[in-house]
Parts: sequence; structure tokens; C-alpha cells
Amino acid sequence: MKRRDVLSAGAGLAMLALVRPASATSQEMAAAIAAFTGGAAPKEGRVKFDIAQLIDNGNAVPVTISVDSPMSAADHVSAIGIFNERNPQTDVAVFTLGPRAGKAEVSSRIRLATSQRLIAVARMSDGSYWSKSVDVIVTLAACIEGEAP
Amino acid sequence: MKRCAAFLLACVALIASAADDRRSGREFMSASTQAMQRDDTLNPGMLWVSGGEMQWNAIAGKSGKSCASCHGDAGKSMRGVAARYPGFDVASKVVLNLSQRINLCRERKQLAPALKLEGEELLGLEAYVAIQSRGMPVDPPQDAVTKAAAARGKAMYFQRIGQLNLSCAQCHDQQWGKRLAGSTIPQAHAAAYPIYRLEWQGMGSLQRRLRNCMSGVRAEVPAFGAKELVELEAWLGVRDKGMPLEAPGVRP
Amino acid sequence: MARALIHIPATAKRGEVIEIRALIGHPMETGYRPGADGKIVPRDIIRKFVCRYNGEQVFGAELHQAISANPYIGFFTLATESGTLEFVWEGDNGFSQTEKMALTVSA
Repeated sequence: MKRRDVLSAGAGLAMLALVRPASATSQEMAAAIAAFTGGAAPKEGRVKFDIAQLIDNGNAVPVTISVDSPMSAADHVSAIGIFNERNPQTDVAVFTLGPRAGKAEVSSRIRLATSQRLIAVARMSDGSYWSKSVDVIVTLAACIEGEAP
Repeated sequence: MKRCAAFLLACVALIASAADDRRSGREFMSASTQAMQRDDTLNPGMLWVSGGEMQWNAIAGKSGKSCASCHGDAGKSMRGVAARYPGFDVASKVVLNLSQRINLCRERKQLAPALKLEGEELLGLEAYVAIQSRGMPVDPPQDAVTKAAAARGKAMYFQRIGQLNLSCAQCHDQQWGKRLAGSTIPQAHAAAYPIYRLEWQGMGSLQRRLRNCMSGVRAEVPAFGAKELVELEAWLGVRDKGMPLEAPGVRP
Repeated sequence: MARALIHIPATAKRGEVIEIRALIGHPMETGYRPGADGKIVPRDIIRKFVCRYNGEQVFGAELHQAISANPYIGFFTLATESGTLEFVWEGDNGFSQTEKMALTVSA
């Protein structure tokens, strides 16, 4: 759901009354991460979270997660999870990799309801977990556009 | 001698660029949104182009013909076409935009029902035809009827409308580059249409965007395909003359 | 049948890591949005994506509502031998789509 915080208040705009579901909290994000790691606390590092800091539109935000790993049979990333803090739902995606991936890098486009923190967690073949968090600012789509019927 | 010529060329280039401060909406977007438009493997609009290509080759109507039956390879036959719309159609005696012209072909040549305006199929065809002119300069027709339509569109562009009593010109000529509710106001150039708009999470035509702007200033909104909208599109074509076509564009 | 666009290199050398980009048309309706009638539009998303290389899964994804409409996934795989890359998307309301691409791998 999008919040339309239109700052140009003086114009007397008719605000769209939107139903806004409760958003996730940082505790829910922590719980989702714990579910992914089986309770282990991920260490910060080895994971790169590539995302624009200032986002045009929260509907489609390009992200690339890459993990420093040889991706060999003995030492590879087996999964990458992305979690958020303020969307209605904390899970974004879980990607399953393996030595056949060749390179531990995934890209996608995600929805962000508002400015918030995101965390990417990598599960390694040796059972360890590594993470990277980013803080992003989402400026909502402009203007005073109203979708005409 | 060579240095002199180079210097002169540089001067001319500088004068030319100084005179034209038109900037595509692309330049007001973030780097990642620009990358989304630039790379065909990332551009969501390509889904519509691909759908349009299938439509192009699909037999339709009582004629048993596809677009390809008459027009062959769109890469050749449609090159430059989108750059010349809206324009006056001699047979129907009205100024039409590209999607209306496509529908005309469907009805008259394919003997098929017109596609729904702003529907997925027509958007796909429009995107497929438009991409064949990608990179080419916008080239509005110079006949008297198209010019008259553009003149009426121009009057509309400068006319205040709606409860908010705003004209297109006030935001897009006078306040471009400034911020409105967290976003930068672009110059309202239309050479990227049809676009994949992140806000819509889908593809849309210029008329969809125009109607939404009008709705946004609380004005009465003409129906899709209305004469006033086509005239406004015709004016935007004149205003964009020479700017490179970017379809399928991506916009926030 | 949703439109899908998949980009892989035409050919690859054995042992080369190749990039795959998969895009599919789908609204990824979150289930949080009110429709024109004011009622919430029910959730309708793609939930799972897999890539199989000559039958063996080499990549998978579990998707939630936070993945944008017309989902895009970019990933990598090791070119091992020539064969078929199979891409399967599955989701709500029985959504299921499979696309296949041939990959030529030289020594």
C-alpha cells in the first residue's frame, strides 16, 4: 500500500482515503530472519546490497545482491533471503543457489512501501550466515496524478 | 586550419545546444530507472513490444490478413511512422494518433473490430510500431489540418483548467526542474510514449498520462480518443520536433 | 499465457559463468489494494520460479508480494554442456508457465 503524503497542502487537495494495512515492524523482520537462519545471528560482511539510495518510485526498485564466494562444491552460497522492515509483509524473496550458479549474484525489482531498512542474508554451505543492511529513501510518485476512470 | 575549423564547429555546437534547453523526461529520472529504459533486457515495456510483434503477425478479421500480410517486415515498413503521428488522415478526414490509425487499418483493411483504446493488445501494437522509429527525430506533419489541430492543442496547453486552476505550461514550462511532492517536475516531452510507468505498474499511452494529469488538477477529463486529447498530442509533437523517439520508455 | 522474455547468451564455453535474465508479464497483485469498487483485490502473485538445466535445478526463487509487477529475475549459471534451460513460474490461481531455451556449449 502506498501512503500519499502530499506536501503541497495549501492547494486543498482531495486526499484519497486509502485502506492501509499494518506494516511490518523491525521485530517481525528480526523474526523472519531468525526463521531463515534457524535462530543463528548473521554476521555483517561478504554480502553486497546494490540499491539506489534515493528511489524514484517504490513500485519497482532494482536490487542486486552479490556475495563474495568461490561457489565451489565445498564452499558456496546455498540461499539468499531479502527482508524488509516497513512493507505490509516482511519477506521479499528467497533465492536458492548452489555450486552450479557459478556466481552468487541475483537481481530483481522490488516494491517498497516507504523509506525503510532492508536486509539481505546469505546462507553458506558451511552453515554460516552473512548479511548486509541498507537504508533507503522512497519518494512516492508525484504529483497530484489521479488515475482517471 | 584544422584547429580553426574544430573551434568553429565547437562554437556552433555550443550555440545550438544553448538554444535548445529541451530535456527528455529521461534526464529527470534516477540512474537505475534510466538503465531500465536503456537496456532491452531490463525494460518491462519490451513485454508489450513482444506482444505487439505477435499481434503484427497474427491473422485478424474477415480479411484473413495480418499486419505483416500487407506491411511485411515492420522494421522496414514502419520505420519513421510513429515519428509522424498524430497526423491528418486523408481518407477519414481527421487528425489521428498512432493507435487510432492502427485501429483504422484493423477496421478497414483487416475487416476486424477495432481494438479497445488503452487495451493491452493495442498498446502492444503501438509499442511495436513505435520502437521501429526509436532514435529517430519527432517529425510532426506540416499539412494545414495537422498544424491547425496542433494550434488548438497549443491553446489548450496554455489554458488553466480544473479546480486547481493550473495549465500544463505553468508546471512544465515554468516550473520544470523544481519539486512537487518529492518528485522533480519534468518538461512534459512525449517522445517516449507508450511508456511503462512504474506508478502504473504497466504500459500506457500518452492519453492515459494526459487524462491523469487533468484528473490530478481536478478538471473534467475527456474520454480516450477525444478530439481535444489528439489535438494536445499534436501540439506536443510540434513542441517535441527533432527530439529523438524513445519508445518504449520507462518513467517513474 | 503470459508474455515472457528470457535472455541468455547464444553460445558459451564450458566452464563459463553465464548471465540469465528472465522477465514475465504478471500483475503480482498484493492482496492489499482496494479495487475500483472499494473492495480489496485478492492476492494473485507468482510464488515460485525455477531454472532447470538439462533437468537439474540450478536456481530457484520463492517470491512474495514485495516483488514488483512483471517480475524480473537476473541470475547466473555455470555452462557445463549443451542442452535445454527450462524456466518455470508457478503462482496463485493455478498459474503455471514454462519456457525453454536451447544453450550451445562448446569445449
